[in-house]
Amino acid sequence: MDHIELQRDDIGAKLGMWIFIFTEILLFGGLFLVYAVMRHRYMADFHLASLQLNTFIGALNTIVLLISSMTVAMSISAVQKKDKRMATILLSITLLCAVIFLVDKYFEWGHKISISLYPGTDLMQSLKHGYILFFSLYFFMTGLHMLHLIIGAVILIVALVKIRMGLINDEHYVLLENGGLYWHLVDLIWIFLFPLLYLVT
Amino acid sequence: MTENNNLQEEPSYLIDTGKRKGILAWLTTIDHKRIGLLYLWSIMVFFIVGGILGETMRTELYKPGQQFFGPQTYNAIFTLHGLIMIFLIVIPGLTVVFGNFVMPIMIGANDVAFPRLNLFAWYLYILGAAVVVISQFTGNGPPDTGWTFYAPYSTQTHTNVIAAVSGAFILGFSSILTGINFIVTIHRLRAPGMSFFKMPLLPWAVYATAWIQVLATPVIGITLLMIIAERVFHIGFFDPALGGDPILYQHLFWIYSHPAVYIMILPAMGVITEIIPTFCQKRIFGYKAIAISSLAIAGVGYFVWGHHMFTSGMSKEAIWTFSLLTFLVAVPSAIKVFNWVATMYKGSIDLKPPLLYAIAFIFLFSIGGLTGLVQGALATDIQVHDTSFIVAHFHYIIFGGVGFAFLGGIHYWYPKMFGRMYNFRVANIAWCFLFIGFNLLYFPQFIIGVEGMPRRYFDYLPQFTTAQQVSTIGGYILGIGFIILIVNLFRKNGAKATANPWGGKTLEWRLASPPPMENFPTPPSVPDNPYDYE
Repeated sequence: MDHIELQRDDIGAKLGMWIFIFTEILLFGGLFLVYAVMRHRYMADFHLASLQLNTFIGALNTIVLLISSMTVAMSISAVQKKDKRMATILLSITLLCAVIFLVDKYFEWGHKISISLYPGTDLMQSLKHGYILFFSLYFFMTGLHMLHLIIGAVILIVALVKIRMGLINDEHYVLLENGGLYWHLVDLIWIFLFPLLYLVT
Repeated sequence: MTENNNLQEEPSYLIDTGKRKGILAWLTTIDHKRIGLLYLWSIMVFFIVGGILGETMRTELYKPGQQFFGPQTYNAIFTLHGLIMIFLIVIPGLTVVFGNFVMPIMIGANDVAFPRLNLFAWYLYILGAAVVVISQFTGNGPPDTGWTFYAPYSTQTHTNVIAAVSGAFILGFSSILTGINFIVTIHRLRAPGMSFFKMPLLPWAVYATAWIQVLATPVIGITLLMIIAERVFHIGFFDPALGGDPILYQHLFWIYSHPAVYIMILPAMGVITEIIPTFCQKRIFGYKAIAISSLAIAGVGYFVWGHHMFTSGMSKEAIWTFSLLTFLVAVPSAIKVFNWVATMYKGSIDLKPPLLYAIAFIFLFSIGGLTGLVQGALATDIQVHDTSFIVAHFHYIIFGGVGFAFLGGIHYWYPKMFGRMYNFRVANIAWCFLFIGFNLLYFPQFIIGVEGMPRRYFDYLPQFTTAQQVSTIGGYILGIGFIILIVNLFRKNGAKATANPWGGKTLEWRLASPPPMENFPTPPSVPDNPYDYE
């Protein structure tokens, strides 16, 4: 054989995932740092610019993600209880929540793009500095978050397929746990983004 | 204590025993020993490229005025030289070569925690390198910003910054994955009985390094994405015309890049800490101090980044604080130097090539470190900032320190990796060329730096000519030394190596040279002290 047998280590796998999550938090941390500096510098303009955002959709997205975090955690319990059907339903709800989030984002961003309110346009460059930076941060942070949401959803789709195939079962479910952990990270980042971007008024 | 694990029965890891043979076996391996060698060959190739770029700069600088090419080309050359040396050589460097090859064996493990992720990290490394190389030949020409990509120039120059920065991003990802792998390996895969404080000091060094890789690299990741976003979407974070601040870039950049230098030096110190006890046949002095100081350097190193920016316009309070912390972070490094020297005192010295490199390390690293304090002091930094004093300082630390430790490690573990000895006399001759060439190359740059020679300049005032010429000649002597070294190590005509040619005490010396694919079919017995010479 050309390699030694890999020994399964679920605790190690989870430890690795936790460390990866720290790296993701630091990745967004750089953006939060820029946000803190710029908000301090342009406090009034940040307040005013934030009024352009749709707080209702933002709040809806927050609730949707919280529900999805709950359902993915419940799906782990379902797998532990050997309830394949319930695990499938719960994970599907999680993925449905992801889709709802993305649809909401499509409307939000779509609206801004339709009125030329995005980085690089002449309109944007003509605004006051605080406005420009607020919207740059808005698009960058929610865009990067959206990318991570899609990645998380892909991981959960893989987990869902493996549950159906019986590869994730009550004795072997660390992939689902790690996927759920990643999903919680995606949720957590949004929990910070929402007040900082939508609720600064 | 003298278990002869698999001394003659199993084939070595260098022999293909699986379904695939030849290159394909190597490209699909998940054996940490082979992956360590994959990195070693890659690093060697990139080092030759980066080194040639260095020699090219030195050749241009032989006389004032333009000799062979103009400033635009010179700027592109030092940018690529920096990118290659920093991101492809010294940041991955000792971690991916010795961390991969030796560390798992030293803790009594059969491999790292995530062997497939390990191979994937190497592929990311190669991909990142490829993207950096591509950036030289596409778009509007190779980047001329320096490896530091300072805004506003990096967001405005027409050269191919996005490609170079993307390559660096991919390399950062590779670094993060290796860091995660090594942390989990050291936590989960130590042999039964090997507590943290019974681990040898190379795993300690690799552990501290891995935490920096994991916690600092994401910051440069996001910063590089911001550069791309600025160039493509004009987000304005670093553009005063849109309300941003270029100094913000410097902060974000150095928040990673200062800890990055500890990523470079900590594993180097770990290698030195392995070499010295073996060739003094004496227990390391101050084991706990060295272990804890590795963590201390990693920790305090996060708080000193502002010392790269003393002239950028920070407040008095800020620069005082950074200066004080910079002096503090020197203390754990100095503790290590004392411990190494104390280990050698009354030891049974065997001046083989690895020890020569270790001793050179202590000397060159000390010069580099002390000149770092010159820069850490606010008043003197104003004089030397952006001069060739800085260039000399970091080459003493990175090249004299990390580089010589790398060469020492290669000469130390060469018999283990390849099963053969090498010619000591030729190795010593190469060392002489390297040591003399290195000092001739860089020491004059301290002097002319204080006298006002700026860094990253392709031309200079006539009064600096003599020093520049000494420096260039030193560079050529250094180059000759490398040729001798490489030829010596590539000649596979040395005697067959025994399991333990140097009399080392750590676990890798119990395995055959070269080791079998499976390091430990049964878990090894772990000594109470990893350096049990008495």
